[in-house]
Amino acid sequence: MKLHLHALSGRHPAASAGTCPALKRLNLEVQAGEQIAVIGPSGAGKTTLLQLLACALRPESGTLLLDGQNPWDLPARRLQQVRGTLFLAPQVPPLPPRQRVVTSVLAGRLPQQGLWQSLRSLLYPTGIAQADAALARFDLSDKLFARVDRLSGGERQRVGLARALLSQARLLLVDEPLSALDPSRAAQAIATLTASARDSGATLVATLHDVPMALQNFPRIVGLREGRLAFDLPAPLVTPQLLQELYEQEAQAPSASPLEEPVPLPRAVPMNCR
Amino acid sequence: MAAVLPRPPQQRDPAWIPRVSLALAALVLLWPLLAWTEFKPWLLFSPESVAPTLTFLAGFVPPRVDGEFLLLVVRETWRTVAIATAGLTLALLLALPLTLLSVRVLSVSGLAGRMAPLPGALRFALRGLMVVLRSVPELIWALVFVRVVGLGPTAGVLAIALTYGGMLGKVYGEILESGETHATTALLRNGAGRLQAFFYGLLPQNAAELTSYTVYRWECAIRSSAVLGFVGAGGLGQQMDSSMKMFNGGEVATMLVVFVLLVAAADRLSAWLRRVLA
Repeated sequence: MKLHLHALSGRHPAASAGTCPALKRLNLEVQAGEQIAVIGPSGAGKTTLLQLLACALRPESGTLLLDGQNPWDLPARRLQQVRGTLFLAPQVPPLPPRQRVVTSVLAGRLPQQGLWQSLRSLLYPTGIAQADAALARFDLSDKLFARVDRLSGGERQRVGLARALLSQARLLLVDEPLSALDPSRAAQAIATLTASARDSGATLVATLHDVPMALQNFPRIVGLREGRLAFDLPAPLVTPQLLQELYEQEAQAPSASPLEEPVPLPRAVPMNCR
Repeated sequence: MAAVLPRPPQQRDPAWIPRVSLALAALVLLWPLLAWTEFKPWLLFSPESVAPTLTFLAGFVPPRVDGEFLLLVVRETWRTVAIATAGLTLALLLALPLTLLSVRVLSVSGLAGRMAPLPGALRFALRGLMVVLRSVPELIWALVFVRVVGLGPTAGVLAIALTYGGMLGKVYGEILESGETHATTALLRNGAGRLQAFFYGLLPQNAAELTSYTVYRWECAIRSSAVLGFVGAGGLGQQMDSSMKMFNGGEVATMLVVFVLLVAAADRLSAWLRRVLA
């Protein structure tokens, strides 16, 4: 799927109207089948970007075109169909604790299934082989019929990724897929994701905290900082200097203990929301 | 000596004064309520009320346990269970669509910001309908239906169905909305339909709570169907009513014992179901 973002701004739905948007006037072009890693410090707007791309969040301003079409111009039913061609894997895997792994993985197919087909699959799972194959790529096939609440955090995260493999989505949006995985599992998971997206021709956008992993596995790196684009470069051109600037802490005003500081009046807070 | 000096004021519990004054205020407000409701518990122990109470209770012993009567009690107990079960099943059929249509979590338009106005209005109207259904006591519904379908269990079944439909719909909605909704919204965001999201996300997330509440309501329906018997809606309650009117304390005592056993059995069943589903 081809993405076109023009001056796109968005804020978290829970944020109050007066606050700064988490993502500010972002411009980005992504070709179909491209694989992109989004990096940046916490609070840079990475998750908001994924939610905007997944049509989970309505943009505050600017335009988002998916394959040349603005999804928010569509009627509700068509918009939900478009959502069926996208797959957003949240950082915390969205799995009900009492569900079995096989059902959780097969839930990735729901947009392609009719209601009766999906109900029938609850009675007796249709597509056990598919679920097993997806789990095997994450070394989890022994957990096929285990309950989700018996899994470790890392296993749950990989079940969430296995669900993505079944989705047949044309745009895969993966939020911090490696946060609960040990290094070797992480390498395996990212290799599986990128290979699967390549095989199906899907566009892949992943946010990552592990910068070396991003540089190794993704041809194109997007750096976000404070809701703005810091850089958008092919991986080999991302220099340590750029990375240092990206992750640099805000210069802190020299002051004594924060307890002794007078409480700042609302007026005294500088407006940095432009 | 430093040890005997009073503590400096900063180390006293600052919430102490508000806590005491709130408790005193609650007592002061409660007193007129007790006066208005003519709450005079000492009347229970005055000689003119103790004597008739004792004669009434003395009629309860010995309980009547002959075979013919026990057979009747068993049949009526079974009818009470049947009224409660049939009523609750109908209530479920009524509550499920009401819940599914009124739960905010399953709203696709509510995924990104505010819900669209039309579904919002529908949800509001359905919530209103459920308020009406459950605010009319089942006793009133039973009196209405006894006039419509005549004396007998049908009136009890219909009365329980309507009141409990409203209750179940409301509480199901609250259980579904207060639980973890991450799994459900993730499915909706990825393009699943509302019902698919319900069966693959919301239901497995909340199945144990929903079952436990439903079984508790079934127990309530058993107790309530006994009360409905007093207005002619069949079952154990109707037998109790007629025995009471005939001053057959022994029969009432037997039926009360059976009733306690019935409720205890429902309690065990509910505990077992919760263990299985946990």
